[in-house]
Amino acid sequence: MADHLLEVCNLSVEFHTAAGTVRAVQNVSWHLDRGETLAILGESGSGKSVSASAVMNLIDMPPGRITGGRILLNGRDMLAMTAEQRRRINGCTIAMIFQDPLAHLNPVYSVGWQIAEMVTTHGGTRDTAQARARDLLARVGIPDPEAAMRKYPHQFSGGQRQRLMIAMALACKPDILIADEPTTALDVTVQAQVLDLLQELQAETGMGLLLITHDLGVVAEIADRVVVMNGGQIVETGDAAEVYRDPKHPYTRKLIDAAPGKGAMPDERDRTGQPLLRAEGLTKTYGAFRALKGVDLTIMPGETVAVVGESGSGKSTLARAILRLDDPDGGRILYRGEDLMAMAPRRLFGLRRDLQMVFQDPTQSLNPRMTVFQLISEAWVIHSDILPRARWRDRVAELLVKVGLSPDMAARYPHQFSGGQRQRIAIARALAMEPKLIVCDEAVSALDVSIQAQVIALLDGLRREFGLSYLFIAHDLPVVRDFADRVIVMKAGEIVEEGPVRRMFESPRHPYTRALLSASLDPDPAVQAARRAARHLETA
Amino acid sequence: MTDTKIRATPKPRSPLAWAAMLWADKLAFFAALFLLLALLSALLGPWLLGDLATKQNLRGRNAPPFDVTRGWAYVLGADALGRPLLARIVVAAQNTLMVAAGAVLGSAIIGSALGLVAGYSRRRAAQWIMRLGDVIMSFPSLLLAVIVLYMLEPSVANIVLVLAITRIPVYLRTTRAEVLEIRERMFVQAARVMGASDRRIVFRHILPVALPTLVTIATLDFAFVMLAESSLSFLGIGIQPPEITWGLMVAQGRQYLTTAWWLSFWPGLAIILTTLSLNLLSNWLRIVLDPAQRWRLEMKGRKNGRPSAGSL
Repeated sequence: MADHLLEVCNLSVEFHTAAGTVRAVQNVSWHLDRGETLAILGESGSGKSVSASAVMNLIDMPPGRITGGRILLNGRDMLAMTAEQRRRINGCTIAMIFQDPLAHLNPVYSVGWQIAEMVTTHGGTRDTAQARARDLLARVGIPDPEAAMRKYPHQFSGGQRQRLMIAMALACKPDILIADEPTTALDVTVQAQVLDLLQELQAETGMGLLLITHDLGVVAEIADRVVVMNGGQIVETGDAAEVYRDPKHPYTRKLIDAAPGKGAMPDERDRTGQPLLRAEGLTKTYGAFRALKGVDLTIMPGETVAVVGESGSGKSTLARAILRLDDPDGGRILYRGEDLMAMAPRRLFGLRRDLQMVFQDPTQSLNPRMTVFQLISEAWVIHSDILPRARWRDRVAELLVKVGLSPDMAARYPHQFSGGQRQRIAIARALAMEPKLIVCDEAVSALDVSIQAQVIALLDGLRREFGLSYLFIAHDLPVVRDFADRVIVMKAGEIVEEGPVRRMFESPRHPYTRALLSASLDPDPAVQAARRAARHLETA
Repeated sequence: MTDTKIRATPKPRSPLAWAAMLWADKLAFFAALFLLLALLSALLGPWLLGDLATKQNLRGRNAPPFDVTRGWAYVLGADALGRPLLARIVVAAQNTLMVAAGAVLGSAIIGSALGLVAGYSRRRAAQWIMRLGDVIMSFPSLLLAVIVLYMLEPSVANIVLVLAITRIPVYLRTTRAEVLEIRERMFVQAARVMGASDRRIVFRHILPVALPTLVTIATLDFAFVMLAESSLSFLGIGIQPPEITWGLMVAQGRQYLTTAWWLSFWPGLAIILTTLSLNLLSNWLRIVLDPAQRWRLEMKGRKNGRPSAGSL
């Protein structure tokens, strides 16, 4: 028993909420050894973070309550320790990094001060702390560590901030590092670098790494063993490669099947005739920042065009310009040959029906004070010529069924639905307009993998049924693979490569496309290991 | 104010359901009862007790409370001219509530309307509105009141007008700040994509989200306005005797505070209870109007209520 570095035995945690007692985790057991990477894999609400929070003493009690089990650190039960003892372990023996580094770095102190503070609170002198902070910044790959010491968190990019968090976590040479979704908020190319860094540091220090993630690709890239959680219980545990190759539990199997980027790619379409939408030379600047530098784009009727790019590439600006949410500074947008920019407001209002949008976060894009019925029927209030009032009830019911919800949900409010269901409501709302083109701005990025697959399947089915076109904006290439007809890769406000999906995936021409493809993580550990080897060969 | 068309959608919420939700919050229930009482006093008080409230009785000057030998009307004591306090409080409810409600409603409606424009529109008018608010704010409100009421004759309508004007910036600034934040939210963008008119976006999407804040401010302002009115009355440019308000009664009782505390205490208590009730009720209203919070009240009504997501 005592030979494990950290061991969680039969841990059960409850939360008392207004809706009754929620069993967050039940009888969860796992262990972590020195120099090992254990991944806890699960979707939102699976309880994957709860056991790590219990280890860090981060569960608020009440409403939380640990109802049973033990947490052993080097054989000593942590739950029996005093708060003072726990505090000394936190940050020193066990350190943690979080998903959103900006929220966990104090904006009013310089980063050098914050890292040094970690050392001084655990009993280091000021001088050694400063020296240690400088070394750590250099070690996690922050350029010019001397100058970086005096900078503030907002002066770093997202990836650098995560490096800073790692530096802070390592300040006391912890035995265990807990990483809660460390790369979820990062671009794919940055994600690969951060994971690389974590692996290197682990090899150097021999610490145990506990990784909490929803992403099979991250597991494949970095984990030795994996614990799969669903509904507060462990459904499967074992060697990462083995679990992927031969999943025992149906839930694991479902999760692996849902991972994007495995299906057959559609064949190239005939692109003759009048395009549905054509953008020519779109430019947009925000102050000195040039968000779009002359972008051309063509969407044929019934076609799905994916725009892929990392944050800051201008892909969302492009979508907003096409919908005229933000008017572009230059260029033309032709809808069926008519210039949207030169159109009279009255004519544009009529066209609003044809161009609809599904937003990234359905929690924010649905008015929380309107019922589902009001949300969907708002389209017909605004465009009163679509449907006579008498038919609204039936049509709302019909649309809800079409997106896979039940008609009697019409009286509910958005907060009573899960994230995936909310996105379905948002899609139903877009469909109520009977549009020709739907712009999906990261429409599936905020959803769990299995839900993501369902929503994409829904969009695909609707395309076939109504002959819809999609402009599908994403930051992740595998997501668009099974769904898009054409792929456009954007970088820094420009299109770097464009082509049919099969060609883009099988023979990417531009180095940036290749970098994006190789940085996106495959759920198969074997594939990932091969890629890693290839990468190291390149750099060596 | 909201778009009437969408209102036609079925809303299965009977008065009984409202009452049940009010009963679920006991404090709000009693607050509502008290406000109802105050409202009845305001409506019927002058008609029922008008004569009694002005009847002087010099032998009962500053008569102490809890003494019913002079009759039930003297249970709260009598004022410096021997007029029964209870009757006076009941009668004064009309003027007090009229001034306070008028001033609060007036400033809230004008202030929020201007704030909506200032927050939503990007045109120059928005700047002018804000500067206007600054001017009103930087001008001492009591000075403004003195000037206006010195020129105009001090009547209830003029007092309402003066108090309303001085309180406009509070709503103006709050509304503008809220609107600036809400207008950038995704669901407003989504409405724009659908082609919704500006009017619809403002009244259907922005105002309902900002409203709870405004209602809370308005209830707090209610007390402020009542006291401001009393200080105007104290200066002799507010309500003119023999007309009475609670604020005026507090002011009149001040000189007897050491010998006859009840002169100021009872009307002061009436002010406190009214404000407190309004606060409790507005808190209840905020919960009722928020679909994500409403279950708190709906669940409490049932003893063994099973919490389910679709309990609407």
